[in-house]
Amino acid sequence: MNLGISATEYVSQIRNGQISAEEFIAKTLDRIRTVEGKVHAYITIDEQNALNQARIIDKKIKAKERIGALFGMPISIKDNICTSGIRTTCASKMLENFIAPYDATVVSRLKQDDAIIIGKVNLDEFAMGSTTEFSCFGPSRNPWNVEYVPGGSSGGSGVSVSALECVASLGSDTGGSVRSPASFCSVVGLKPTYGLVSRYGLVSYANSIEQIGPVARKVEDIALIMNTISGHDSHDDTTVEKGRVDYLQDLNAGVKGKKIGLVSQMTGDGVDKEVSSATNAAVSKFQDLEAECIPISLDSVEHSVAAYYTIASAEASSNLSRYDNLRYGFDLGTEGYEFKAYVSKVRSNFGPEVTRRMLLGAFVLSAGYYGKYYLKAQKVRAMMKSQIDDAFKKVDFLVAPTMPILPFKIGEKIDDPLTLYLLDANTIMANLTGIPAISVPFAISSSGLPIGIQIFANSFQDKNLLQAAYALQQTTHLPEVPV
Amino acid sequence: MTKIGLEIHCQLTKLESKLFCSCKADYRNLSPNSNICPVCIGLPGSLPILNKKAVEKATMISLALGCKIPEQISFFRKNYFYPDLPKGFQITQYNAYGPTSIGSDGVVQIEEKKIRIRRIQLEEDPGRLVYEGSSEKTQITLVDYNRAGAPLVEIVTEPDFENPKQVRIFLNVLADLVENLGVSDPYLEGAMRVDGNISVEKANRVEIKNVGSFRDIEKALHFEITRQQSLVERNIPVVAETRHWDEARKITVSSRSKEEEQDYRYLPEADIPIIQIAQNKIAALKENMPESIIAKKERYAQKYGIPPQVADVLSSDKFYSDLFENAHTDTNAKEIANIITTDLMGFADTREKKLDLKITPKHISDLADAILNGTITRNSGKIALQEMVKTGKSLSDVKSSLDLGNVSDVSSLEKIIDEVFKEEEKAVLEAKQNPDTVNYIVGKVMKKTKGKASPGTTLELIRKRLLSS
Repeated sequence: MNLGISATEYVSQIRNGQISAEEFIAKTLDRIRTVEGKVHAYITIDEQNALNQARIIDKKIKAKERIGALFGMPISIKDNICTSGIRTTCASKMLENFIAPYDATVVSRLKQDDAIIIGKVNLDEFAMGSTTEFSCFGPSRNPWNVEYVPGGSSGGSGVSVSALECVASLGSDTGGSVRSPASFCSVVGLKPTYGLVSRYGLVSYANSIEQIGPVARKVEDIALIMNTISGHDSHDDTTVEKGRVDYLQDLNAGVKGKKIGLVSQMTGDGVDKEVSSATNAAVSKFQDLEAECIPISLDSVEHSVAAYYTIASAEASSNLSRYDNLRYGFDLGTEGYEFKAYVSKVRSNFGPEVTRRMLLGAFVLSAGYYGKYYLKAQKVRAMMKSQIDDAFKKVDFLVAPTMPILPFKIGEKIDDPLTLYLLDANTIMANLTGIPAISVPFAISSSGLPIGIQIFANSFQDKNLLQAAYALQQTTHLPEVPV
Repeated sequence: MTKIGLEIHCQLTKLESKLFCSCKADYRNLSPNSNICPVCIGLPGSLPILNKKAVEKATMISLALGCKIPEQISFFRKNYFYPDLPKGFQITQYNAYGPTSIGSDGVVQIEEKKIRIRRIQLEEDPGRLVYEGSSEKTQITLVDYNRAGAPLVEIVTEPDFENPKQVRIFLNVLADLVENLGVSDPYLEGAMRVDGNISVEKANRVEIKNVGSFRDIEKALHFEITRQQSLVERNIPVVAETRHWDEARKITVSSRSKEEEQDYRYLPEADIPIIQIAQNKIAALKENMPESIIAKKERYAQKYGIPPQVADVLSSDKFYSDLFENAHTDTNAKEIANIITTDLMGFADTREKKLDLKITPKHISDLADAILNGTITRNSGKIALQEMVKTGKSLSDVKSSLDLGNVSDVSSLEKIIDEVFKEEEKAVLEAKQNPDTVNYIVGKVMKKTKGKASPGTTLELIRKRLLSS
């Protein structure tokens, strides 16, 4: 049995009886036992429940009962998405033992379609970071070279899919957190249009820009999972009613006659040479597929990192102020403390990056600085949105490298927040403007590290985006993961 | 000149559910922390879902207070730490970056005075702290989140009041208004809470918070005027500060906190998309709003000839005006207004007594008709009313059980008059000479019939008898 099959292959193999759900889950659990020591993707593994669920699925198949579209496929969930019965830690001491009394909407939809939640995967604390090094459980490691970072903050999602520890995963993307590990781990990661996938049950970091997104080995798997998780949710007022869309249908429509813009600001200075040449190669592939490629200039992109860290930090400072350890949290009695002293004692348990962003956020929102920082950042956001609108009058898609540089060694940049922030330069635009973006594995560097290509489409053009990504994927031939 | 402005928090108690979740809006009389869910206690991952009906009710209040309604409204987060605030912020509205609250720039006329409304905003109530013992000495503070997320409308006035009396009149008008609109029961404990700010001539502005009942605000303002004036007279500066009302000692006390300096770090609430308020919706809402108290009062006076003072009392009390509306016909309206305002309101002058009344519109209507066609006297009517209110029995049952029917058949009345003429010979003689004294004899007849004789018929029969004998 090949654990490296895609989600769609899994579905067809289980349908025609080649594999059973129990067998596949058991093999997956074996695989986890083998590689976890090297890659550390998981925070919590729900072994027994996964096996029980698989047996139920197999029984249903035998009895020819109706089965959901995901047929017992093992899926991992980023540990900032709530799952009833399995703890949701956000990789923070603050929520080390927090078990939500409810499933996130995406999780209940996965369960409805008979996916199996095999475990919860690692992230930077509260999804703040780009390398998964800021986890209170320790860093995850890149399956292509375990000395290297896997990207982040959804590092556990990227690693678990890449290292064949599950078929697919759900991550969250606030400034590139799904696409960064997808690119660094050579898997596919989608940040859907804001409002397309419910955030109910996603622990908020920067709620005006973040979305839950799937990570998988193939674009068609992303389409399959989007069919399950997307759509309006009565628990999230920001979700949009767009009617039912089948993302798998016409996935192979191709890009013939489409116009594709290469974003100048994302391909110039600061981009690694091998990343640059991979990007040019991707453009040639699109041209081979009879798409027209032109350069597009979006000068607001130069301000995107500053605007992003202002807005995201501001929202983080508000979203994380609820953690006072009074209603849930860890074991620390209130005896002997005055309220404010207790709260500050409790909150000293946040890690360094979370603390940094909360302080930054409180500062940019404070009276006297609001106009100088927060409002200005919102203006950049509005300007970027109007430039994007103009760009999509000229082209159907935008293209850029997902990450400007190759994966680097664990610990190499952890003491340099500004350099880490600049890693998000190419991904942030999609979050600030709400548009969908996908990272497709495209090449392997001379040093054996993955390079991903990012494609953007206009808001709610997610289906077209998947068609373009699929077309690009079909031009690639990549080696198997070494771990 | 003294200047007073108010901030009134009014709960939308008539709503089914809280502002952002489906827990009950009515949190009263429930065991602690039983009316809560992931949303209202701010569990990680939960999101607020705006109760659209709350927007509707807040719009009605805004319209009734003459406010402008913007084309779109939005919500903000007010960030601060307090144990009763589960998310570390309150979802509210904020107009510093343009008018996005549900109402602004309104005006209310109270007697000769115009009170301007600065803004009206929709927000969530926090939970409640419960102290064991007094709040100063307690070792234990408990938190009850049953109230957290209850729908609240904040009404902020301009500093247009000149004295505490105007404040009282305004608050009474406002309480009647929200009750009449059917959006709130202002007499429920904690449903209407008032903070004030006040400055006397040549003095700084002082805020008064923590006033438990909106009736106490008048006392607090009086105290504050006296305190500030005596400071000014002695050339001691009045400190710009927040003072708390000490209900037990009936004085204001400096809160010694730096609330003035607190920075709430407002930011837009992105979990609730901007809400478009369609103009045609506002028009439809206006159309379907309950008749205003002022309009009601005019209609009562003009259509039914009810005296202005009676119309005033009747129209401003929702319970009794609803009873009137359901009971009256064109012919008995004036009599019903009379029964309600002179008798019924006397029996039931408190909220509890009102709720205990077993009265139906039919009771009132039957009674008014009986009085008008002379089958019961006003006096007997009052007794019948008292019985109906207590027992809920019909008028005819009450009449027979208490023997209140009118002695209206002429022969039995004549017999009684015969008796009185025999017993009161002197008075009869006097009445013959001076017809003005006839009322004495009428009174005697009334006494014998226990007030059941129709006064008109009795007088007529006595006059006839005086002439014939």
